[in-house]
Amino acid sequence: MAVSDHERTDPAADRIATLDVAAPTVPTAALLPSGRSEFAYFALRNWKFDLGLGVVLVCVAAALVGPLLTDHEPLAFTGPTDQPPSSEYWFGTTSFGQDVFTQFVYGLRAAFVVGIVAGGIAWLLGAVVGFTAGYRGGWVDDVLNMLTNVVLVIPTIALLIIVAAYVEVHSYATEAILIGLTSWPWAARAVRAQTFSLKTREFVDVARLSGRGTRQIIATELAPNMSSYLLMMFILLFGGAILIGASLDFLGLGPSESISLGLMMNNAFLSSALILGTWWWFVPPGVGIIAIVGGLYVMNVGLDEVFNPKLRER
Amino acid sequence: MTFVVAVTIDWAIPRFMPGDPVERLLSRMQAQPGASEALRGYYAEAFGFDVPIWQQYLNFWAALFHGDLGLSIAYFPTPVSELILSALPYTLALLVPAILLSFWAGNKVGALAARRKVLDNTVLPASYVLTATPHMWLGIVLVWLFASTVAIFPVSGAYGLALQPEWSVEFARSFLHHWILPFSALFLVGFGGWAIGMRNMIIYELEADYSNYLASLGAPTKLVRKYAYRNALLPQITGLALALGAVVAGAIVVEIVFSYPGLGTLTLNAIENRDYFLIQGIFLFLIIGVLVANFVIDIAYVFIDPRTRVGMQGGP
Repeated sequence: MAVSDHERTDPAADRIATLDVAAPTVPTAALLPSGRSEFAYFALRNWKFDLGLGVVLVCVAAALVGPLLTDHEPLAFTGPTDQPPSSEYWFGTTSFGQDVFTQFVYGLRAAFVVGIVAGGIAWLLGAVVGFTAGYRGGWVDDVLNMLTNVVLVIPTIALLIIVAAYVEVHSYATEAILIGLTSWPWAARAVRAQTFSLKTREFVDVARLSGRGTRQIIATELAPNMSSYLLMMFILLFGGAILIGASLDFLGLGPSESISLGLMMNNAFLSSALILGTWWWFVPPGVGIIAIVGGLYVMNVGLDEVFNPKLRER
Repeated sequence: MTFVVAVTIDWAIPRFMPGDPVERLLSRMQAQPGASEALRGYYAEAFGFDVPIWQQYLNFWAALFHGDLGLSIAYFPTPVSELILSALPYTLALLVPAILLSFWAGNKVGALAARRKVLDNTVLPASYVLTATPHMWLGIVLVWLFASTVAIFPVSGAYGLALQPEWSVEFARSFLHHWILPFSALFLVGFGGWAIGMRNMIIYELEADYSNYLASLGAPTKLVRKYAYRNALLPQITGLALALGAVVAGAIVVEIVFSYPGLGTLTLNAIENRDYFLIQGIFLFLIIGVLVANFVIDIAYVFIDPRTRVGMQGGP
């Protein structure tokens, strides 16, 4: 085995600061309204969560509303070439006379589609593999763990390059599925480790004694107890997928008929926008990606502090 | 094990994917008369479609052990292995220092920032922006700022146009001058990630019982932090093994931005020319590289964490 199984700490720990899922909820009922609103109480008072969420929501809004504000098509050659930002062309135009603002907002859309679909697939795979391996143990665990380690070591980008070179990628959905299928291993590992520590608890024993099936126990006993962990996992997979997607598009392996932030950078680079100094062409896509992914990461830290009082600022 | 799977993927993908890559290749080769005929014979032999499928698989392995990865189409008739070996030093010259230095610096700075208000509020936001930055974009912006707008550094390449790779002071200086920008792009993105990871781990370690105990004994903060750092480093090293794939991806796109003559630029050429043998060869090399790096990290781990050493000697 390439990744030997000697004593290594949970790999996800480097981004999701270690979270003690088993810690009983602090009885704050006397001070706070109970249940969901307790989460909301802390979440909305955490500036990191607020900031991250705010930035991401602004991007969502731009992706949803933006295309309505422009009467250009993202790839249509509409205007004069290489225009700096103006009231007519908010973000300027490309060397081909395309409107950068239009490309940008459509690119944001594509980024969200890739993020949600790829992140969702990876999340689902990671959770299913992690829960099954962790809860079943034995040979099921051995097989799944081996699979996880194999996919973990193969660099996602290398696999995607070789697959995308043979499969003509026509839509962002295809690209997202490819990314989703290759980026789940660390999530599976993290879930597996958490499941191991949870499954020896009494409440799981009780559930098992009462004759409930494996799937039911996972869904009703294990998953709810690590819901915070699962939520943060999705956020990280979401952000990661957007970054991988941008790299693929930049390499020219994404769909070429529609626009994306990575493709914008690719076009700008190939048209020597760097040398010509037409910064309005290549700066927005990068800023867009940083805003989405950075927003998600910061939101994640906020959530971490909400769920794990140890990390809260003093 | 992983290697076997990787080779199998490498073998299976061109065979079971829809479409006929050989035909597609040949139609592309029309531009070069003469080569087409030679290639058709070569492909028939290389893919060996006339023998049963299991034998094709064994043949593939046999060729691999002879170091035969096929011939490149983009650079016909150079062997793929030759192309890769000549690009490899450049990629390693970028990757190895970038990985090691960003890991070292990121961890140090992250450890300093933990539980220190001013540093934490400056380093942390900067790190989040950096770690969310796509490598190629940082590369593009660096070129635009420091090579195009203010011409401090060269725009592209790994050495001056007038020079040939050789062991001389002049070449070394030119190489270094070209190396700084792509290295910085890789370094900065990596740095952000490590700083965040270390900062979180240190906070966690400072909450641990041993830290509190040490502090209550009256140990200076510096000592407590030193112990926390050593414990926090372990998961970071595990993280390093996991981050390799992302760093490799970063190196590929950064090289493209700078037209740096490493594996990344080679990959782009291979993709643009649909040079399947070259793509497959690069794929195998990347995986071998990551496997070797994983192995090195595993060994390093044994040196850093005494507990694993005891376990290996069958200790108590």
